[in-house]
Amino acid sequence: MAPPSSRRSGFSKKQQYSVFTGYLLATLGAVVGLALLTISLWQPSAFQPLRGAASDAASPVGEATATVRAGGNNTWDTITAYWNAGGQNAQLRREVEIARIRLAEAEAVEAENRRLKALLGLTDEEEVDAIAATRLIGSSSSSARRFAYIGVGSSDNVAIGMPVHSERGVIGRVLETARGSSRVLLLTDSESVLPVRRASDQTVAFAEGRGDGLLRIRLINLGLNPLEIGDVFVTSGAGGYYRPGVAVAVLSEITSDGGIARLIAEPSATNYVVVEPIYEPLAVEASGVSARDELTQEELND
Amino acid sequence: MIDRLSTPNQRRAYGSGGINRVTSPWRAKSVPYITILLASLLPIWMLADVMPLAPPIGFLVFLGWRIMRPGLLPLWIGVPLGAFDDLFSGQPFGSGILLWSLTMIALEAIEARFPWRGFWQDWFTAGLAIVLYITAAMVVSGASLTVHLALAAIPQIIVGIMLYPLLARMIAWFDRFRLSRSRRVG
Repeated sequence: MAPPSSRRSGFSKKQQYSVFTGYLLATLGAVVGLALLTISLWQPSAFQPLRGAASDAASPVGEATATVRAGGNNTWDTITAYWNAGGQNAQLRREVEIARIRLAEAEAVEAENRRLKALLGLTDEEEVDAIAATRLIGSSSSSARRFAYIGVGSSDNVAIGMPVHSERGVIGRVLETARGSSRVLLLTDSESVLPVRRASDQTVAFAEGRGDGLLRIRLINLGLNPLEIGDVFVTSGAGGYYRPGVAVAVLSEITSDGGIARLIAEPSATNYVVVEPIYEPLAVEASGVSARDELTQEELND
Repeated sequence: MIDRLSTPNQRRAYGSGGINRVTSPWRAKSVPYITILLASLLPIWMLADVMPLAPPIGFLVFLGWRIMRPGLLPLWIGVPLGAFDDLFSGQPFGSGILLWSLTMIALEAIEARFPWRGFWQDWFTAGLAIVLYITAAMVVSGASLTVHLALAAIPQIIVGIMLYPLLARMIAWFDRFRLSRSRRVG
């Protein structure tokens, strides 16, 4: 079928002008879009209030879908659990035995730790109080960026930069806050960099998102690559955002300058996430100083 | 001609009812925009942590309405609809405004060049638009461009292209709903 030719203006001056105006407005729109795009790439937080209001408005439905999603995951897990119950039972029994031994060892190490810390005069760090517990209510699933939305915002004392954890490990950190919702930069985003160390020793590295769900582990000290497949990486606490010792990723492939790792805490498999305070606010503040030329006299006096 | 509601032809085609029913102007004018806005909202409720999984459904529905009902959406409509999509898509604000406006202009040019089209050609046009849109959106998203990022977008592109015929049927259904004779006169 030929389309209705509403753009064919014929001899009507009015029609001709309205067609022309349409083209003009569309071109102007594209130019305005380009300008806005440049601004938001240059100053990513420029349109934060606008986006925040939008995500606040959409978050109630997100809560509902999060509940449904959690239910769906559980059903699927139940079915698969029935499927391989027998083999799993035997395997779990073996694992529990090993775990008991490891637990005893860990208790010994903990006792020794306490003794050594007492010797050094260090106080035990108290458990950090979480700022808020919430659900992941959505994500930017059609974009190349990996953002998630959580159902708490500045009215729950959530601030930019706070780490977001699930019960398994790190999910990401808060990038923007609105009144009742916040945007989280997930670890898998290609702009996310997280300082990590190998759980078994002090090999430090950066875990960078690749944009396809895997993390690239880049060793800081180059030389012989000491990594092995199956190594677990935890946060090192460098940079001051994340508290040290939270699980991040498991190495699955070795490259020349580090390796490729898989996430331990997959956001889509978690029900609840916890927003924690920034581990060392002073360190974060200090790292921001380099953006300016030098400290003022008052800051030096502090 | 979309402007004139309930021509004699439409009176036969769009639903039974009595002879005292006409198309509701509110419904006829609002349905395309409501479906596009809702489709823009849809992907944020899906949780994709590893790679872009959902195709840009808002853009697909927008494309579908534009291709199946030429002349219904004004030429400048890419600006407000694209801006709404930007608020939720996770793209930097302005990318939707730019890309949706360019899509409107490009489709206008294609329509002027090929006035007689069939479904296969429409699908081809839509597929091309989806590939270009997803690639362009990836470039302007602010992510560092790597091979891995490009590979991760391939499933999304394929799903988007395969989804078009389905969405076209849905839009056709919405179009019948839009023009159905629901308003009682007299």
